[in-house]
Amino acid sequence: MYGGGYIQEEKQEATSPIDDAQKLAAFEARIDRGEKIEPHDWMPADYRKQLIRMIEQHAHSEVIGALPEGTWITRAPGFRRKLALIAKVQDEIGHAHLLYSAAETLGKSREHMINDLLTGKSKYSNVFNYPAKTWADVTVIGFLIDAGAIVNQVANSKGSYGPYCRALERICYEESFHLKQGHDAFITLATGKKAQHDMLQDALNRWWKPIMHFHGPPDKISEHTAKLMRWKVKMATNDDMRNQFLDMYVPKILEIGITIPDPNLKKNEATGQWEFSDPDWDEFKRVINGDGPCNAERLAVRQYVEEHGKWVRTAMMNPNQKVVIPFA
Amino acid sequence: MSKIPLNTPVLDPRIKRVDLESTYGTTSIGENEHWISWEVFHQKKRGDQHVHVGIVHAPDAQLALLFAKEQFGRRLACVNLWVTKSSDIFSFSYDDEDIFDNATAPEKQYREASGFRVMEKINRYKKSKQKA
Repeated sequence: MYGGGYIQEEKQEATSPIDDAQKLAAFEARIDRGEKIEPHDWMPADYRKQLIRMIEQHAHSEVIGALPEGTWITRAPGFRRKLALIAKVQDEIGHAHLLYSAAETLGKSREHMINDLLTGKSKYSNVFNYPAKTWADVTVIGFLIDAGAIVNQVANSKGSYGPYCRALERICYEESFHLKQGHDAFITLATGKKAQHDMLQDALNRWWKPIMHFHGPPDKISEHTAKLMRWKVKMATNDDMRNQFLDMYVPKILEIGITIPDPNLKKNEATGQWEFSDPDWDEFKRVINGDGPCNAERLAVRQYVEEHGKWVRTAMMNPNQKVVIPFA
Repeated sequence: MSKIPLNTPVLDPRIKRVDLESTYGTTSIGENEHWISWEVFHQKKRGDQHVHVGIVHAPDAQLALLFAKEQFGRRLACVNLWVTKSSDIFSFSYDDEDIFDNATAPEKQYREASGFRVMEKINRYKKSKQKA
């Protein structure tokens, strides 16, 4: 569901391996021809590193993204909503599994990735560091956060790394239900009683800033970004993704009488670009680096369940088994 | 990582009940704790081939099948699944990809239906008959 995909600018390490020029040319030619890269292909060290970072972050976002919604299963209004929410949360965990598998083909073990999540070394989509206070928050997440993620995922499914594309194809198929059930719940509140409408408006007001943060800060126009786009690791700039999201979903919010808490939000018809107030990128950085309302709780819950499931996993371990990198 | 207080009131009654801080910052997953990986093959309907769809992690074949059912037989039509250990798969290297070039090489048209121009010859024959 939640492909945040914040690709940070890397400091070039002194020890970074020099890629073989001939192999690099063949690799780039393959991508230019529209062909996919497969797990055991030669690939530049930086390609591997950025992909692991991106796919892993996406996987963690699915796991952590299930928490704010999962906590609402017991309190979902009505049996049908409860069933849909259970199915959705199960899908998200399935997505995490697909994504961890794709990342594993690049050589980082699932255990290593999960440990990096537990220690806070690896990031996940920043929006899940905010609380889901009411049922209306769940509908905002289910509709608009999923919608933002689909914009990302559809773009990324046309990327260059085979296993990631395959995982995303399957994920996008399941997401279509997530989006639709979110939209349905969103409309139900918007067009319901005044108390329901107000609850939704309040939730959207609180979520608008995280939603604007969702696709990440404007990209620095650097050689590094250009290279990742040439390698089809990054398929569009963060601003382009955000613009596409606003194009598709602002009308769907406004048409049912919900307002957006930004007086400066409007589309510049001449440029085709949306204009909006500064969504406070300092807050974004502060929260992603650990200082958000729910960062500690999210990791604490994850650590609790890992710790309490450990005895089952270790009891079933077979030390004689040969661990290999999965095939595809 | 030291224990830090959770700075937001926890809303979920299930989470409220547990002592989250008891494990905070102390847990890590051991090497191979997630077991080995299994490649999963999915058969959509009777008569179809089993097709590779991904992997699961499991300690043995029975659990691999169970996880495969949850992961790959949950949302799409399915009548059967196979699993096999990733370590039991043998494959060519992509470095040797060119050994397959022959399969679709233009000079091998003699083994394609499109490599034979039957109608041209029939039409030429019919034309020559009409003239005669």
